[in-house]
Amino acid sequence: MIELTSIQYLPGKRIVEHYGLVQGSTIRAKHLGRDLMASLKNLVGGELKGYTELLSEARAEATSRMVKQAERFGANAVINVRYATSSVAQGAAELFAYGTAVKVEPE
Amino acid sequence: MNLDFIIFISLMVLGYTAGSLAERGHFKSLIRREDATMKQPVVTFEDGYELPAGAKFRKSTLVSGSVVISIDYFKRFLASLRFLVGGRVGAYESLLDRARREAILRMKYQAGGADIILGMRVETSTIGGRRKNNKGLGSVEAVAYGTAVWVDEISPQIT
Repeated sequence: MIELTSIQYLPGKRIVEHYGLVQGSTIRAKHLGRDLMASLKNLVGGELKGYTELLSEARAEATSRMVKQAERFGANAVINVRYATSSVAQGAAELFAYGTAVKVEPE
Repeated sequence: MNLDFIIFISLMVLGYTAGSLAERGHFKSLIRREDATMKQPVVTFEDGYELPAGAKFRKSTLVSGSVVISIDYFKRFLASLRFLVGGRVGAYESLLDRARREAILRMKYQAGGADIILGMRVETSTIGGRRKNNKGLGSVEAVAYGTAVWVDEISPQIT
């Protein structure tokens, strides 16, 4: 199991090896049904649950691609993970996760 | 009367009533949940967290929360007027405020029971509309993430 943190270390663990940058990304488009609901919601305002789900699924996918890359290196943790989102085209968004793969052991 | 005008007015009224009702409800629920999770500390710094004497780190994990919120028809119109003259766009301020606070709360819920959340970051992005005439930002996504840390007391206090 790869451990993830958003900070520069893993609390209670010691970093013994650095493997450098690992990253994962995915591009998702909204689907028509969700878009229809969303355009209705655009009138009255409020949370677009379909999009919230879509984006968090996509973010999980990007994270798991990053984790796979870290596993290939033989790492057991990814530290300083960052997320970024960019919209590449109308109706599509790219979710990007990156971090530093390391090997840690208990202190 | 012009049909377009009637549609416009009814959308404005619908947007205004439904939008402000939803917003008021959301702010009320935000305050209630923020009070309930007040004991859960969230910080943006990464190091410098000192463990209580005799305590040990148990585990840490990445936690995140996200939300996509859309603005209503009335406020979008209000904002488009504001874009003509410039200045503070109050309509979007409250939208972003709601999105960020909701995302942070969801992150806190995911971390339920953690002793502290370190190195919290908030990211905001807009989701582009499909239609060309979708001016301004229609909806905004906020994601909050950080490292939840659980601490073990080595010598539990006897009371």
